[in-house]
This record gives sequence, C-alpha cells and structure tokens, in this order.
Amino acid sequence: MVQLTLPKNSKITEGKTWKRPTGARNVTPFRVYRWNPDDGQNPRMDTYFVDRDDCAPMVLDALIWIKNKIDPTLTFRRSCREGVCGSCAMNIDGTNTLACTKGMDEIKGTIKVYPLPHQPVIKDLVPDLTNFYAQYASIEPWLQTKTPTPEKEWRQSHEDRKKLDDHYECILCACCSTSCPSYWWNSDRYLGPAALLQANRWIGDSRDEATGERLDNLEDPFRLYRCHTIMNCAKACPKGLNPAKSIAEIKKRLVERQV
Amino acid sequence: MSRSSLRTPLGRVAHLGTARSGTRHFWHQRLTAVANVPLTIAFVLIVVGVLGRNHAAVVQILGSTFVSIVVLLFVVSSVYHMRLGMQVIIEDYVHDENLKIAALMANTFFTIAVGFAAAFATFKLAFGL
Ligand code: SF4
Ligand code: SF4
Ligand code: FES
Repeated sequence: MVQLTLPKNSKITEGKTWKRPTGARNVTPFRVYRWNPDDGQNPRMDTYFVDRDDCAPMVLDALIWIKNKIDPTLTFRRSCREGVCGSCAMNIDGTNTLACTKGMDEIKGTIKVYPLPHQPVIKDLVPDLTNFYAQYASIEPWLQTKTPTPEKEWRQSHEDRKKLDDHYECILCACCSTSCPSYWWNSDRYLGPAALLQANRWIGDSRDEATGERLDNLEDPFRLYRCHTIMNCAKACPKGLNPAKSIAEIKKRLVERQV
Repeated sequence: MSRSSLRTPLGRVAHLGTARSGTRHFWHQRLTAVANVPLTIAFVLIVVGVLGRNHAAVVQILGSTFVSIVVLLFVVSSVYHMRLGMQVIIEDYVHDENLKIAALMANTFFTIAVGFAAAFATFKLAFGL
C-alpha cells in the first residue's frame, strides 16, 4: 500500500552549522541535505553561510564555493555550468531545477538544497539515476529505418523538422520525472515524462520508420497511461519544455490508430 | 521490484513487456466524461423537479418514458465512469499484486451491484411493477 511515513533510516536529522566567513557583509545562509553511505548515519541538514561578495551569482557557484572554501566533502554533480549537460539537477527552494541556471537572487532568505526527490541517493546531492537512464534506453532513442540508407542523408522538410522543436532541447536532467507524482509512486513501471517526451521526439520524426513499433511499446497502462496530466513536469522543466503535451500527443496518436 | 536483483536495469524496465492496452480505457474515460456533462445536468434538473412533491407525483414523473431513459443513461454512464476512475486510483496506489487484484475485483463487483440496483429501480418505476 501507500507508505505514508519515511522509513527510519531516511528521517532527516539536524546537521552541523558551519562557521560564518569572517568579515563577510553580504551573507546568504544555505541548508543542504547531506548523506554519506559509509558512516551509517541518517541524512542530515547542514547549514552553511556563503559570502556573496566572494562568490558568483548562481546556486551552483555557491555550492562550489562551499566545497572549495568550507567543506570539501560536500558532494554534487556538475559539468557545463550553463544549463546544457543536465548534471546539476537538484531540488532547490522546493523546486527541481538546475543549480547552474538558478540565481541566488531568485530565492528569498535561506536557500534549501536537496537531491532530486524520490530517487535513491548515492551521496549528498547525487541521486542514482540508473533506472531513469534505463527507461530512456528502453524507448530506443535512435533513428530506425527499413528503407536502405540513402547515399547522402535522410532528408526532412522544414515543416517536419519543426515538429522536433520543444523535444530536441531536452537535456535529460530528470527534473520533470522526479517532480511527477505518478513517477514517484510507479517509477518501476511508468516511464515518466522525460523518457516519454523523448519517445515522442522519435515518434514525431518524419524520417523514422518504426513509428508503429514505438507506439506498440508504449501502449501499456503503466508505461504510458500512468500520466494523469498533473503538469508538474512542465512546471519543473528548466528548459521550458512541456512533457505533458508530448505525452498527450502520444495518447492522441494511439487513439487515432484505433478509433 | 527488488533493486538488489542481479537483473540489468534495462531488463527490469522491460519487465513483462507491453500490455498493448490502455488506450480503450483512456478513450472510454473521455467518452463517458463527455456523456456525463449533459446527463448530469438533466439528472439534476429531474431531481429538482421532483423535490417536495408527494410520492404519487414522484413515481409518475420518474416512471415517464423520457425521464426514465435519461435516468438510465445517467446511471450507466456515470457508474462505468466511476469504475474506470477507481481502477486508475487502485493501479496508482496499490502495489501489492494480490491486494491489487482483489481491489480491482471488488471495484467491478461494486460497480455492477450499484448499477444494477439503480437500473432495476428505474425499470420498476417505468413499468409500474
Ligand atoms: S503531466 Fe503526466 S508526466 Fe507530467 S507530471 Fe503530470 S502525470 Fe507526470
Ligand atoms: S524535459 Fe526538461 S526537465 Fe525533463 S529531462 Fe528534459 S530538460 Fe529535463
Ligand atoms: S552543470 Fe550542466 S546543466 Fe548545470
């Protein structure tokens, strides 16, 4: 049944309050989720004070500042620091987003940082996205054709290319899927908004010849139809995409081939 | 699904394969939702129409051909819609396989019982039994 309380080893405890930087006049407090798989302790919330005059403006900058200047054990993922790699997705101020594109100025008061919700945690702010990536792999995200490959290239009209807009921009950060209640309850069987948006990217590709098989693979009460158009995904997406709309398009195509 | 199993992540996602169903459920849910709009309005109007009347008048109104057809359609459509909706809730939240099957059965039985009782009452009034 539904589990309404956290398991004992997941209860979050009060952590350490780290020293304020001396002489800093412009300070922003951070509350950051910490969990270490090796020390046998429950997760805890640590408090840090970030010297804004010594730090660049984004939340990721602050985390890097903390790691460099206060606490080298703080663990998180990042790479591009400009919103194109999807590594730094986390829950900031109650919303899943990218730490590198979220300005500290956008948040009032203490900045709370947690890992993406409802995924196993590897350490601190690093979630285990193994299942998420496997779900992406399961939609076979590559061009599939039966016609012999043309000598030069598969051609596509401008209008057909336009249909891939609002899909190809997805950076697979998992902000959407981990904000989706349906995904929280059924991520073992529901593919989630990110994988379904990607599925629709290939279903909608005029060059692809496996549209029917792709739809077959999604036609399932759990894989696809767990989406109840709650729209959290669209609210969360840091790239401004709308997975709910893509999912609705898939459902529409399934109805279309049947009714 | 146990995460400690040695099955590969992709194998676990593949699970038992696709059920190749769900579209009919989705379509029927929309269909009955649309049907329920006029039917509910009509049903409410009928209820308002019989409010405060004596027993004989109520029996006469509810037993008239047009009214009983509308009531019957309302019963069938809303009861079916209810079953589809409840099924979604069960599938969302009940993760124990046995409990889920039992809940889905109970949902169907309950729907049929309620639907038949309401339909029977309507017939009874319509045919003056
Ligand atoms: S619209 Fe669908 S995918 Fe998006 S949050 Fe809601 S249930 Fe999840
Ligand atoms: S749709 Fe948006 S939120 Fe979801 S994975 Fe892609 S970029 Fe991230
Ligand atoms: S670091 Fe690449 S998206 Fe934030």
